Amino acid sequence: MTEFFTGALGFILAMFALGLVRVLRGPSDADRMMAAQLIGTGGIAALLLLGAVTGEQAAVDVALTIALLATFASIAMAKKGTSRLDGDRRDTMEGT
Amino acid sequence: MTIASTYEVALAMIVLGLAAWIITAQKSFAAAGGFVAYGLLLPLVWVRLGGIDVALAEAAIGGGLSGVLLLGAAARLGTTETAVVAERPGVLVRLLASVLSAFIALSLAAVVLLLPDPGPTLAPAAVENSAATGLGNPVTNVLMAFRAMDTLLEKVVLLLALIGIWSLVPDRFWGGRPGMRHEADPRGVLAFLARLLPPLGIVIGLYVLWVGADHPGGAFQGGTILAAMWLLVMMAGLMDAPPISRRWLRLTLIAGPGIFLVVGLGGLWLGNAFLAYPSAYAKPLIVAIELAMTLTVAATLGLLMAGVPERRA
Amino acid sequence: MSAAFNIMTIIAVSAGAFFFFAGTIGLLRFPDTLTRLHALTKADNLGLGFVVLGLLLQAPSIRDGLKLVAVWLLVLLAGATVSQLIARIARQDGASG
Repeated sequence: MTEFFTGALGFILAMFALGLVRVLRGPSDADRMMAAQLIGTGGIAALLLLGAVTGEQAAVDVALTIALLATFASIAMAKKGTSRLDGDRRDTMEGT
Repeated sequence: MTIASTYEVALAMIVLGLAAWIITAQKSFAAAGGFVAYGLLLPLVWVRLGGIDVALAEAAIGGGLSGVLLLGAAARLGTTETAVVAERPGVLVRLLASVLSAFIALSLAAVVLLLPDPGPTLAPAAVENSAATGLGNPVTNVLMAFRAMDTLLEKVVLLLALIGIWSLVPDRFWGGRPGMRHEADPRGVLAFLARLLPPLGIVIGLYVLWVGADHPGGAFQGGTILAAMWLLVMMAGLMDAPPISRRWLRLTLIAGPGIFLVVGLGGLWLGNAFLAYPSAYAKPLIVAIELAMTLTVAATLGLLMAGVPERRA
Repeated sequence: MSAAFNIMTIIAVSAGAFFFFAGTIGLLRFPDTLTRLHALTKADNLGLGFVVLGLLLQAPSIRDGLKLVAVWLLVLLAGATVSQLIARIARQDGASG
């Protein structure tokens, strides 16, 4: 079981690395905002598997913290430091 | 420690590759975004090395708060970015700087790798003496009992940093509200998230504080999560930043080090040394101090991130 | 009983790895920011869900299992809402740039 988890961990890390390269290279800022999202899914999956491989029970607490802070960082990136979020207006939904 | 498994090599290469990309990124927003990714990726390395408390702190501070701080800085510098890029020093200076930085990094790596195996450490002594406070987590023991003086001084340093930031305010805004007024559509996605996530975040933050007694966690990590939730509510415009002249705010800021100091002086008066806990009351005292410190850390970090007062109260 | 759990864990985690694979292929091959966001949010979240399911079967106690489910629900909530924000910014960038 541990060998299987280690193999799965290596595979998911490889997928995560490929995704990270693509996301950070992306031509627009919206692409780079996906980096925090990528960690929120791929990074957390890798962390949970890592916790199973090393037998570390508290890895789930770290995963909780990362999920929370990745969301917070994503929102901060989306706001780009401005006082109004660019896409958060109701009128952009009308007339699409 | 030998690197045998493939995934360890993969993880190390991802982290180093990401660091190299951040250094060479062209736009500061991209670099700040990469830094957020880096800060949220390092906890995996720390979990592999067995330092869960450090992993929690890295995720909270390194990934979350520091990353957002750099994003804010990149946003403020956005208008001057082209001018700064035009002023870059010549190739020779940059080459010299990179050689110097690489030399320092390699020296540090050599020192760490050449340590005797097992390295010199006091960890077994700290674990042996856990009975002194009755707490199960040796890291919390070290932070709150064996080296409590350092923790007290660190909290005071945080407070000094906040005062340093406040000292940058122009006279007319003294006592005002930090940062700009954030707005969001009250029925939009951001406001929805800012209403749904903070209660969960508060529960998780208090959980991390509480579980720090016997398992990895603690006041600092819990306080940082609470600060992030407070900042989220402010960023969605659901709550405005409080004016820095409010009494309740200032009392919260000094509550942590204040209670720590009172307990320490009590130890001097009733016991035999500064910060000596009477053994029967060690655990309740530590819990009380940690509770106050969590609130102080949350308030201090939140205000540090909110910035300099820019508006009248 | 635990042999059956082990087999189910292997199946679940393998399914999770497959969905991560699919999501990454989408991330690499899709032409547009919005489609890449779609691949990332849908496929990767599902991959995480399967990995959590697999690890749930190996969890030592109910409390640890509940924490795993809490992680997945939190990531689901975050992914669903933040992807909306990123998508609107992507559309605005596309419309103006």
